[in-house]
Amino acid sequence: MANLNTWEQFWYYLVNNGSYVLSQFVRHFLISIYGVLLAAIIGIPIGIIIARKRQLSAFVISVANVIQTVPSLAMLSIVMLGLGLGVNTVIFTVFLYSLLPIIKNTYTGMASVDKTILDSGKGMGMTSFQILYMVELPLAMSVIMAGIRNALVVAIGITAIGAFVGAGGLGDIIVRGTNATNGGAIILAGALPTAMMAIISDLVLGFFQRRLEPKKV
Amino acid sequence: MPKENPIVVFKDVKKVYRGGNIAVEHINLTINKGDFVCFIGRSGSGKTTAMRMINRMLEPSGGTILYNGEDIHKTDAVKLRRRIGYVIQNIGLMPHMTIYENITLVPKLLKWPEEKRRKKAKELIKLVELPEDFLDRYPSELSGGQQQRVGVIRALAADQDLILMDEPFGALDPITRESLQELVKHLQEKLGKTVVFVTHDMDEALKLATQIVVMDSGHIIQNASPSEILQHPANDFVEDLIGEDRLMQARADVTTVSQIMLKNPVSITPGRSLSEAVRLMRQRRVDTLLVTDDDDYLKGYIDIETLNTSYRHATSVSDILNTKIFYVVDDTLLRDTVDRILKRGLKYVPVVDKNGKLRGIVTRAAIVDMVYDTIWGDSDDGGESGSEKNENTSRSGAASNAREV
Repeated sequence: MANLNTWEQFWYYLVNNGSYVLSQFVRHFLISIYGVLLAAIIGIPIGIIIARKRQLSAFVISVANVIQTVPSLAMLSIVMLGLGLGVNTVIFTVFLYSLLPIIKNTYTGMASVDKTILDSGKGMGMTSFQILYMVELPLAMSVIMAGIRNALVVAIGITAIGAFVGAGGLGDIIVRGTNATNGGAIILAGALPTAMMAIISDLVLGFFQRRLEPKKV
Repeated sequence: MPKENPIVVFKDVKKVYRGGNIAVEHINLTINKGDFVCFIGRSGSGKTTAMRMINRMLEPSGGTILYNGEDIHKTDAVKLRRRIGYVIQNIGLMPHMTIYENITLVPKLLKWPEEKRRKKAKELIKLVELPEDFLDRYPSELSGGQQQRVGVIRALAADQDLILMDEPFGALDPITRESLQELVKHLQEKLGKTVVFVTHDMDEALKLATQIVVMDSGHIIQNASPSEILQHPANDFVEDLIGEDRLMQARADVTTVSQIMLKNPVSITPGRSLSEAVRLMRQRRVDTLLVTDDDDYLKGYIDIETLNTSYRHATSVSDILNTKIFYVVDDTLLRDTVDRILKRGLKYVPVVDKNGKLRGIVTRAAIVDMVYDTIWGDSDDGGESGSEKNENTSRSGAASNAREV
C-alpha cells in the first residue's frame, strides 16, 4: 500500500470497500433528505401562515435566524443532550438548520405574488384555499424550491459532522481516515462523494427550480 | 321612470374604513338589467369602493345591497362572485396558466365538463377577434391590449349577467383603449349584459354609458343619462368634470333643427302657373321653390333648371313637380341632420312638423353659423340667450340664401 500514491490508494480503497462507501453514501443522503423533508413539511405551512399574517413574520423569521447562527457542532451537541447518540439527533439538527431557508423562501415567494392577481382570483370567486393551491403556491414554487435547494446543500454538510454522534454516513469514513496514519486516501473516499453529492443535488434542484419558474407577465 | 328590472340596488349604503375614513355614504342607486353604468369621479371619490361592494370584495358598513332581489350579505360570497364578471385595471391574468385555462377558470370552479369549457373558450376567443391558437399560449406572450381582451372574455365565460370593470383600460395606450371600448360596448349590447364600469375619464364614460353616476368624496352627486348630464350638470363640480369643451359641444349636439331653421321658406302651391313661379323666384332671389298644398303640407319642389327646359309644354307647377324630396322633422337633433346635408351636398333641407306641414328650411349657411358658434363659442358675445342666437342665425341665413341664386 505504502508504495502507491494517494490517488492510487484512493482507487484501491474504493474498489475494495465499494459497497461500504455506497451504503454510507446512501445513508448520508437519506439523513439529509429526511431532515430537509421534515423541515419542508413544517416550514412551508409556517411560511404560508406568516405570509397571511404579516405581523407574525418578523418574530418567526428572527427565531429561525437565531437557530441558524448556532455553530453546527454546538447545535449537534445540544440536540444530543436531548435525543442521545444516533441518527435521530442528526436528522433533527438538519431539520433545524433547514427551517430558516425554507420558511424564509416560502414567505418571500408568497409575498411576491402580484396582489392584483390575488384580487382578480378572489373577485372571480375562488375560495382562499383555491387561491392558495391554484395561484399562490404555483407562483411561489420556484422560490420555495430555491429554499429547499439551499437547505439540502447545507444539510449534506451538517450530516458529515453527524458522524461524531454516531449517525454514520460519509462522515464516518472521513473520521476513520483522520484517525488512521497516512489516511489521506480514506479521507478522500469520504470527502469526495460528500462534495459530489452536494454539487449534484444543487444542480438537480436548480433544474427543477428553473422548470417551476413562472412565466413573467 | 319605471324600474322594471333592477339587477343591483343600493339602499343607503355606507362604507367606513378602519380609522374612521368614510369612503362612501348614503349611496342609493338602482342599476337595471342591460344598463351600462359608469361610476365616475376623481381618485378617492369612492367609486371603486362602491363597485367592489357589489361582489363583496368589500363589505358595506351600513345599508343593504340587493343583487337580483336578494340581499348579497345573506348569500355566499364565493358563489356570488362566480355569478358576477370581474375585470380589473392590471388585467390580473394568471401568469402560470394558458389563455385557455385563464378564460375557463370560473367554469372550472363551477365544475363544467371539459368539452363544454373548450367549446366556450373557442366561442369567446372568436368574439374578441383573437386567433384560436392563442388559447395555448401564456399571457406573457400577448400584448397588453390582447391580454385585456382575454380579461374581458374571462369575465363572460360563465355567462355572468353582471360585469364589474374597474378602470379596465386605464393602462392601455389610446388607440388600443379605443378599440377595446368599442369591443366592450359592442359585446354589452349584443349579449345584453349589465356592466358597472369605474373610470375617471369623462370621454370614456360618455362614450360607453347609458347611465352615469358622478361621485365625489363618497357621495353620489348626479345619476343620469349622458345627455342629461351634458345638458343639465347638477353643479359646478359636474360641470368641471365634464370640461368646458364638452359642454360647448354638447350644446351643439342638443340643438334641434327648429332652433336654427329659417321660418318663412319660399313656397308655392301646385295649381299656380309656371310664370307665376318664375316671378316668385326672381322676387325672392332663389332658384328652387318648395311646393305645398293649401294647408301647407309639403308636396315636393320645383327648380329653375326643370322649369327652364319644360317651359314650353308645361303650364302649371304640378306638371314639373319633383316629389322626391328629402326633408327633416323639426324636433330632430341638428347633429344628425348636419351630416346628411353635408354628405348629400344639399343646399338646404325643408323642415316639416310631425304632420308633414312645412315649417321652414335649414340652409348650409345656418350650419356654418352653428360650427362658428361651436368653435368661437361665447368668446365674442358672452352669455347670449337662445332667442338672440336664433335671430342671428336667420339673418345671416337669409343673406346667403339669396346669394345661392
